[in-house]
Amino acid sequence: MVQFSQLHLDASFAALSDATRRGVLEQLGRADASITELADKFHMTLTGMKKHVGVLELAGLVATQKVGRVRTCRLGPRPLAEATAWIEAYRQLWDARFDALDQVVEDLKREGDHR
Amino acid sequence: MTRRTTAERASEREMVVTRSFNAPPRIVWEAWTRPELLQRWWAPKSIGISFVSCEADVRTGGGYRFVFSHPASEQPAAFFGRYLEVIPPSRLVWTNDEGDGEGSVTTVTFEARGAETLVTVRDLYPSKAALDEAIATETMASYDETFEQLDELFVTMG
Repeated sequence: MVQFSQLHLDASFAALSDATRRGVLEQLGRADASITELADKFHMTLTGMKKHVGVLELAGLVATQKVGRVRTCRLGPRPLAEATAWIEAYRQLWDARFDALDQVVEDLKREGDHR
Repeated sequence: MTRRTTAERASEREMVVTRSFNAPPRIVWEAWTRPELLQRWWAPKSIGISFVSCEADVRTGGGYRFVFSHPASEQPAAFFGRYLEVIPPSRLVWTNDEGDGEGSVTTVTFEARGAETLVTVRDLYPSKAALDEAIATETMASYDETFEQLDELFVTMG
């Protein structure tokens, strides 16, 4: 149990423990957004939203970039790593399918030999 | 010899998977297009889902409907669409219509390479946003798991 706690008692633990911050992540999963847009969406003050985004940024869950006066937020390095994980999961699904297809192909070849 | 399956995001809106098989294209084609054979490999045991039914009218304009059960869900899940191109034994194209919006279009090519067949599966999404969304949905699903673990941890700590 100690190990499990240590694993999670990091920045992302605090970042994910808040419903608004989870909502922000979900929103950014759909599209990038400015802090103003996020504040509107979640009916918060700009200052309040800046704090939430700051916590998510510290945890590496969100990355922000300021262009002119607008600070745009997008999913950070961790979700990118998960996108890579998604491609690997996709590959594994097809790999499992193709292993099974190999069996069917071998069976068909054997049947063909006996015809 | 272990055969290698490759997968990559080939462009902003396309996923590509390849693998070669030790048989001529007509054999691989047969395994892919006869429903009773397709059923034997499309939902391998290791991914935890199984076929409830498998209908496939493999000809241009024909439809398919695969229904699966999953231990984590009471409702079976249906995947369906229609075949846009059926060119034995080299090319098969179908739509994926089960989602809310416009679905991806899957193109499979079967190319003879000596005694082997190179199979390439291309999943082309209508837009970059659609593929991003497919990935993000899965990513959020894994966040949900993280949240559940966190909730459990709160209970333990509380």
